Amino acid sequence: MTELLKLSGVHTHIGRYHILQGIDLAVPQGQTTMLLGRNGAGKTTTLRTIMGLWQASSGEISLAGERIESRATPDIARLGVGYVPESMAVFSDLTVKENLVLAARDGPLDDAQLDWIFGFFPALRRFWLSRAGSLSGGQKQMLSIARAIVEPRKLLLIDEPTKGLAPAIVMALIECLKEIKRKGATILMVEQNFFAARELGDNVLVMDNGTIVHRGEMAALASDVPLQERLLGLSLEAHQ
Amino acid sequence: MTELAATDPLPKPKRDIAPILLPVAVAVVMIPLIGSPSTWLTLTAASLAMGMMIFIMASGLTLVFGLMDVLNFGHGAFIAVGAYVATLVLAPFAASLQVDSLWMNLAVLAPAALLSMAVSGALGLIVERVLILPVYGQHLKQILMTTGGLIVAEQTLYAVWGPQIIPTPLPTSLRGSFILGDVAIAKYRVLAMLIGLAVFIAIQLVLNRTKLGLLIRAGVENREMVEALGYRIRRLFLGVFMTGSALAGLGGVMWALYREQVHASMSDDLTVLIFIVVIIGGLGSIGGCFIGAILVAMVANYGGFLVPKLALVSNILLMVAVLMWRPRGLYAVTSR
Repeated sequence: MTELLKLSGVHTHIGRYHILQGIDLAVPQGQTTMLLGRNGAGKTTTLRTIMGLWQASSGEISLAGERIESRATPDIARLGVGYVPESMAVFSDLTVKENLVLAARDGPLDDAQLDWIFGFFPALRRFWLSRAGSLSGGQKQMLSIARAIVEPRKLLLIDEPTKGLAPAIVMALIECLKEIKRKGATILMVEQNFFAARELGDNVLVMDNGTIVHRGEMAALASDVPLQERLLGLSLEAHQ
Repeated sequence: MTELAATDPLPKPKRDIAPILLPVAVAVVMIPLIGSPSTWLTLTAASLAMGMMIFIMASGLTLVFGLMDVLNFGHGAFIAVGAYVATLVLAPFAASLQVDSLWMNLAVLAPAALLSMAVSGALGLIVERVLILPVYGQHLKQILMTTGGLIVAEQTLYAVWGPQIIPTPLPTSLRGSFILGDVAIAKYRVLAMLIGLAVFIAIQLVLNRTKLGLLIRAGVENREMVEALGYRIRRLFLGVFMTGSALAGLGGVMWALYREQVHASMSDDLTVLIFIVVIIGGLGSIGGCFIGAILVAMVANYGGFLVPKLALVSNILLMVAVLMWRPRGLYAVTSR
């Protein structure tokens, strides 16, 4: 399996704090890799470092064989990386349409792509001309994800998409992300919800204290309760 | 929190018109206090004209504040430079300005204003690259650098043009007033109002009807996410900074004609007013800046008429009152 994204010995400092302490990971093309770990393990920092929002202090990051660790965030985005931050970061003063128009960098919105998005996010069609700030939390998350997939991307970085959402919305979101997977997207996703991680992940990386402490197939971790408890402090059963 | 299903109607966002009504309310409250309707109308027209000029000068600064969190204490330099550059055109063509023909006068004023905007915009490019680029994200250093830049600019103007005040008399066709009954409204104030309104409408059209405007509005709200979508916000900021500098230059020309004089420290008092406007309007909000400018001008004019001794502190009191009502300004855009 081709590795689309590769991190080798990546360190990131934020101020005087040494957050990432030598991250080595690979994200295979066309698969969904889950990044799990306790709070403060460095998961969000990993995504932000890949995206160039925080500069790696040392180490190498390559996307499709091209080094990107010294590149600015807009250049990394233009290489085909879509980013869905933990905070969703929709532009609340702009309408749903305007949010997506901005995300479509390379030209006007593609009707076929929009129809595909509206297929699993019908609320976005309905609230097309409404201000994003007036959407509910779940709808904002849908808009945030729609923004990342409104044009074809090589890689999607998604940070805790289910955080703070009602269970019914979480299920709908999981179905949507499965559909995105079926289209062949490569995804690196941070997730605290182990149920969602099991449903979506092909591979799993577990972080602790700024390093990767486990890597393997998601199915293997999902079936190994003692390992879940050792790595995450909680088992899947406890989550359910 | 209750989630909305796709079929539920979305609650309509409330249109926040309270700040729009505020200047209207202030004007109405002043009618009985001032007493004479003609004086009230004259003061109101003066407030609107002054407000438009302050808005033109402050509009760029509020976007710079909102978009890149840059504290530019040197914004006044663009105002003074704009005014001085205009004299390069106004002085040689003084004879044409004395002709009682609006078109002849405008044929001199328009190139003077355009040249001022071009020079102020170019100066904005240099200031952003040399003074501000090295200190992004460092407020204290921004204050030091831009204040230093303002001092250097003022002293350079003194060195080049000399310490004397340069007179900039109004063109003949813009002297005098339109008389409506017993109300006199100065012609130049009407022109200032029209230019201010045109600038406001143009900015609103750009911000609301173009992709560039979408980027600016999005950048004011969350510049990091704009970059994550693949847009180079530094370039966008440079463009906004240059435009804001050019508008300050235009405001400088208009203010110079309003006061009929130019001097290097002409922007010192204005800078205080501009910062008050930007703060009470809400950082990054053009609509708030527009209303804030009118309010500041109203307080200056009505306050100066009613309680002259309070003129110096009246705008500070206005700022305190507005921030007690809305701590992030009339129209909060950013969370900063």
